Amino acid sequence: MDETKGSFWRSFRKKKVGVLGLGMLVFIILVAVMAPLIAPYDPNETVDATAADVLAPPSPEHILGQDEVGRDVLSLVIYGTRISLVVGFAASFIVILIGCVIGLIAGYFGGWVDTLLMRITDGILVIPALPLMLVIIAVAGRGIINIILVIGFLSWTYMARTVRSQVLSVKERQFVLRARAIGVSHFGIIVYHILPQVLPLIFASATLDVSYAILAEASLSFLGLGDPTLISWGSTLNRAFMRGAVTNGAWWYLVPPGLALAWVTLSLAMLSNAVQEIINPRLRTHHLFDERKMVSLMRRITAPKSSR
Amino acid sequence: MIQIDYILRKIIFSLMTLAAVIVFNFFLFRIIPGDPIAMISSPRMKPETRDLIREQYGLDKPIWLNLDAAREEDRFAAAFDSQFFYYLKNLSQGELGQSFRQKQPVADLIAMRLGPTILLILTGEIAAILLGITLGIIAAWKAKSKIDALSMFVGLLAWSIPPFWMGIVLLTTARGYLPSGGYETIGAIFESDLDRWLDIGRHLVLPALTMAITLFGSYIMVARSASLEVLAEDYILTAKAKGLSTFKILWAHALKNAALPLATVIALDLGYALGGAIQIETIFSWPGIGRLMFDSIAQRDYPVLQGVFLLLAVSVILANFLADLTYLLLDPRVEA
Repeated sequence: MDETKGSFWRSFRKKKVGVLGLGMLVFIILVAVMAPLIAPYDPNETVDATAADVLAPPSPEHILGQDEVGRDVLSLVIYGTRISLVVGFAASFIVILIGCVIGLIAGYFGGWVDTLLMRITDGILVIPALPLMLVIIAVAGRGIINIILVIGFLSWTYMARTVRSQVLSVKERQFVLRARAIGVSHFGIIVYHILPQVLPLIFASATLDVSYAILAEASLSFLGLGDPTLISWGSTLNRAFMRGAVTNGAWWYLVPPGLALAWVTLSLAMLSNAVQEIINPRLRTHHLFDERKMVSLMRRITAPKSSR
Repeated sequence: MIQIDYILRKIIFSLMTLAAVIVFNFFLFRIIPGDPIAMISSPRMKPETRDLIREQYGLDKPIWLNLDAAREEDRFAAAFDSQFFYYLKNLSQGELGQSFRQKQPVADLIAMRLGPTILLILTGEIAAILLGITLGIIAAWKAKSKIDALSMFVGLLAWSIPPFWMGIVLLTTARGYLPSGGYETIGAIFESDLDRWLDIGRHLVLPALTMAITLFGSYIMVARSASLEVLAEDYILTAKAKGLSTFKILWAHALKNAALPLATVIALDLGYALGGAIQIETIFSWPGIGRLMFDSIAQRDYPVLQGVFLLLAVSVILANFLADLTYLLLDPRVEA
């Protein structure tokens, strides 16, 4: 295993785009962790706000200006990093958990189990994601836990499909057949023999799931369904939009949270793309784009060729 | 035979998904904490009045099955005298209930908003296709060059940016030049239908552009890979021998090649486009389905929310079914 890990890292270092993506991601994680140290102000600080502080343009004291109640925009964006990353990683954790279990079981056991699980997966894939998240959060309440759960429980379909297709090819290999022959249990084979083979692919699609979850949280928060007690990029943009930043041309308030979002999603897409290219050079750029529709498309285009 | 079997299976799948959505839609709006009639009744009402309202809305009945009634009346059909079966009966008649806030049937509210959303998605979709195909063909034509990399990057960037932020940026940039929101100039009197449509067109520019940017990333990919396939074909040599330029060949052949996969992506895209429409319509006060959904969330107008969600889910399920059919045209040998 160590040998393959080493060679993976060696091939990864050659992918400039991937290394850049990783660097961008590490940077943003550092920003999130060290937010209290690097943020120039407390993001909730409005104590001394005067009329001049309302939507004030950038100044030496406030590099990215101030919001409608005089808070420092740069500090808001820095603290927003935390919520975005927490939601992104926590939701992806749920995605990996559900997606792996369903994908492994469906791929390994095949037959009616496979058919049933994949029909359910397709069914969830077909229901429009954002509207579904909106109605659930509108009814269930806008807490951060709800948001993480909703995003996680509605985004595992891609993961399940990816894992399943990989399992289908791995389970026919010699070492799996041999393990079966010497009486290793189904559970043992899945966990010790198949899962390690699927891990790189899980990693590659999980990075895309993180960016998908971050975008979903931002969209929900922008539409007023974010956690009202927390500062996130989406909720900052929601306030900016609702409290007249557009009509006042307060670009310093509108642009940074969006750029931060693009920074994270772009870095994750670049990282995932590089990993995909190493694992499966044939897949290439396809997964750069919306995973849900690209997967459906890939499924439709590749399925008949293999069964021909 | 295989094809009929395939279509039949897709129909059954779509119907089952639809059934799941309908049951889910009923169930979801019943887990809202609190008294369902709290929205339309006042705390000062007499308990008898509240009971009357509850009876009017059928809320005095059990949720799933009315077993008590069936036992009492000794009649099997009485078991269906429940909230769930009333919901199904109403749905089958196109009855989506009454809005809490607007005192109007939900179906009417939705019907009013349908036109603007279709106009927005259609215009955005067409612009995205034109933009995507052009960039995709150019990328394939200059494959592995800087132009190729640049158009890939532009597509990737368009994908990484959430529609609502793109909309905000465009709105802030074009402030003063184009209308900042709405469907048409309020209170304006138009001399002719053409003037009215021109006015709507001016209002449409920014939302449709945002929609186009939201969507065109994946179209670049499809057009590019279709063009690359064409370039690998033998007839390209013949065409070149005839003295046609590579770009012209690509336009003619790649377009034909890309048409079906593109149709599939567009159909599959509808769910994504509708998600984008909610954000875009919110930003530009576009009086469509998405804005209706946003408003009903803000006002806790659950019947409207329920109706809109059902409509969106049905259209996406239908679009996916159509995508499966286009796929049949794409490759008649399909078995999956």
